[in-house]
Amino acid sequence: MTREDTLTAVRRSLDAATRWRWWEMVLGALAIASWWLVGEHALLANEIAILALFAVSLDLVLGYAGIVSLGHAAFFGLGAYTAALFAKLVTPDPLVGLAAAIAAAAVLGSVSSVLILRGSDLARLMVTLGVALVLYELANKLDWLTGGADGLQGVVMGPLLGRFDFDLYGRTAYGYSLVVLVVCVLIARCVVQSPFGVSLKALRDNRLRAMSIGLSVPWRLAAAYTFAAALAGAAGALLAQTSGFASLDVLDFHRSADVLLVLVIGGTGYLYGGIFGAIAFRLLHDLVSAWTPQYWTFWLGLFLVVLMLIGRDRLVRPWAWWSRS
Amino acid sequence: MLTLLFDGIAYGMLLFVLAVGLAVTLGLMNFINLAHGAFAMAGGYVTVLLMSRFGVPFLATLPAAFVLTALAGALLERTLYRPMYTKPHLDQVLFSIGLVFMASAAVDYLVGSQQQIVQLPAYLEGRFDLQVVGIGKYRLFIIVLCALLTVALQAVLSRTRFGSRLRASVDDPRVASGLGINVNRVFLLTFTVGSGLAGLGGALGAEVLGLDPSFPLKFMIYFLIVVSVGGTTTITGPLLAALLLGVADVFGKYYVPKLGAFIVYVLMIVILSWRPQGLFGRAATR
Amino acid sequence: MTVVLETRGLVKRFGGLVATNDVSLSVRRGARHALIGPNGAGKTTLINLLTGVLQPSAGQIALDGVDITRLAPHQRVRRGIVRTFQINQLFHELTPLASLALAVSAQMGLARQWWRPLGRDERVAAACASLLTQFRLDDVMNQRVGSLAYGKRRLLEIATAIACKPRVLLLDEPVAGVPAGERQEISETINALPEEVSVLLIEHDMDLVFNFARTVSVLVNGALFAEGDVQSISNDPRVKAVYLGQGDG
Repeated sequence: MTREDTLTAVRRSLDAATRWRWWEMVLGALAIASWWLVGEHALLANEIAILALFAVSLDLVLGYAGIVSLGHAAFFGLGAYTAALFAKLVTPDPLVGLAAAIAAAAVLGSVSSVLILRGSDLARLMVTLGVALVLYELANKLDWLTGGADGLQGVVMGPLLGRFDFDLYGRTAYGYSLVVLVVCVLIARCVVQSPFGVSLKALRDNRLRAMSIGLSVPWRLAAAYTFAAALAGAAGALLAQTSGFASLDVLDFHRSADVLLVLVIGGTGYLYGGIFGAIAFRLLHDLVSAWTPQYWTFWLGLFLVVLMLIGRDRLVRPWAWWSRS
Repeated sequence: MLTLLFDGIAYGMLLFVLAVGLAVTLGLMNFINLAHGAFAMAGGYVTVLLMSRFGVPFLATLPAAFVLTALAGALLERTLYRPMYTKPHLDQVLFSIGLVFMASAAVDYLVGSQQQIVQLPAYLEGRFDLQVVGIGKYRLFIIVLCALLTVALQAVLSRTRFGSRLRASVDDPRVASGLGINVNRVFLLTFTVGSGLAGLGGALGAEVLGLDPSFPLKFMIYFLIVVSVGGTTTITGPLLAALLLGVADVFGKYYVPKLGAFIVYVLMIVILSWRPQGLFGRAATR
Repeated sequence: MTVVLETRGLVKRFGGLVATNDVSLSVRRGARHALIGPNGAGKTTLINLLTGVLQPSAGQIALDGVDITRLAPHQRVRRGIVRTFQINQLFHELTPLASLALAVSAQMGLARQWWRPLGRDERVAAACASLLTQFRLDDVMNQRVGSLAYGKRRLLEIATAIACKPRVLLLDEPVAGVPAGERQEISETINALPEEVSVLLIEHDMDLVFNFARTVSVLVNGALFAEGDVQSISNDPRVKAVYLGQGDG
């Protein structure tokens, strides 16, 4: 190839990496259309959107930066409690509460990112788990603030943008969550295609090589973790604001384990896994729970065991079966 | 205060016996097995059921708890765990969480979710009240039994052929198999004994720690703390970590009940961020 | 000629083993400096010390007279000390284009941008095109690195180092494991490096050393054994004895 041809090919390839894929546009159209289509299932759709945002935030930590975290619920829960308390004590405006929750979660993420910079997988697992447990205990003990085991009840939100009231049917709620989800995914998409985003994948691929081209690994890990924490906090805030209360459940180990599974079902490392996983997980959950309401965790456990034994790459991304990876 | 110390040591020894299997399998197979607590739970239920349904005396249930959970461990290792050794840690974590969910739900279904009460034999109830310290008979029994087990484990590890094979395999599985050591057999035996010990610990601990279907998840964090803080290259590391954890937990819950387990978690986070390989472990070679 | 990189009394101990024994080495600007020695002499350890992957037990390292002994590896790269690895260290899941784009972006200070796509900057695209052509990787630029042939991966290893615009380039056995037919390509690339770049080359292939180097240092058991120009080193009887006489040096 001549120098000119190469340059053109380079430009074309670099641009191609950031192009909107057809299925992304379909997904976007479906998402927007869904607000009109959900009808009486708006509350369910709302929960799926929140779970999807939570899972996408974990993807940034797990799929891009390569950190196995068993305590991502810490940021989710902090966001939820912050939003609930903000509505009760400062102002019931949802967007301001959302911003506060994001800020709080980002601060926690930034502070705790120091802990995940070194160590083996087990040490990082323990530390992330530990942070979530510490927060759980804190929320439990500070019951004058958080309502303890009973949770924070009666969180009444003001109208969204001053005009849209949160109604019982959940349409405003779903619209709100959907918009936040879409905005966050767009931002995340921009980030993962940027030099910063690619450097995350690089340092996960070969940390030594990343250092050897001049990339600061600790800074990147901390930045990614903080960003992911902020998004998780947003998801938690959405839950508190749209359901009207926050309880210890938002910090529970089950939350961290479930979101991990959601992401694994949907696939890690391509940003949309959280969305597909959330849909699949919720549908699975409702199906199985309708059949055996008390022992859903048994079937969930069986599903996990089988899935891990046969290999999780076999499950996801059907279109990957046709293209050679 | 000495009574608290005594109780803390008993708690720590119990945690050690419960967690030692996990420490060895993690060091040996680099496998993060969050389901270890399920074996402990199984041992506890074996004891409870043998005593309440079949009237077996308490002391006799202990070997049964060990053997039955060991057999379960052997079966699971051979069938389910072995294919997972080469998978990434995330898969292992999710796999073992799945096993825990299954075990907890199954126990809930079969036996019910209420706390199980262990009726201790009369000669183990009560305490010796000395001037400065109250020594609970059962806790004394636990300390003695666990100490004997620890000594036996250390002896096996350092004096027997199996022990040196195990240490070689932990150090470097590839070189070990190159030397003719059947590493798979070492894994199987180690996992079996480790699970059995967990079962025994669960049986012993049912009276002290409580027993219900949520046991594995509740105590998983404690076992993991023992292993991650104690390191996986020695037996004394987890032992010291377990004792530290036991004493810290008992003292913490007594003096600062408001903070409870909070102290333990913060302590763990501090220790692991300062020394990710644990207080007593070597830096990871893998 | 001015000294651009030097070590003073560099020592590295691993427990009881002294891997680097009081090494004081100087690399001049524009040097073509080869570091040779028997296996286990500590050559790669020395490179690891120079790049900051290992911290010395004693001694200092200075770049342009400035002490860099405490700097982290990525900071040394930003100052111009770049190395290649004896065993390829590449991003197996990325493409050669993405890898080089990342290295170039890092060098241009663009690697912390999170709002613009990688390579959108025209300078990055141009630099990548230039490197891909120079290292004959243009036909595989969009293939997954993990699936490339070994020779291409070796070229990418060197291209990645060049992308960082090194002032001092440390090449750790660049032709190791490369079949004889493909060595020529790599040798030519090394010989074509710009004059301003100071090169320290670790090699066993004596052809490459004699064709390329102007200065040769010999490392034995972690210590500098001999140093001089190519002619005097190749005729030095002590050097010959070290390579041929002793079993494992």
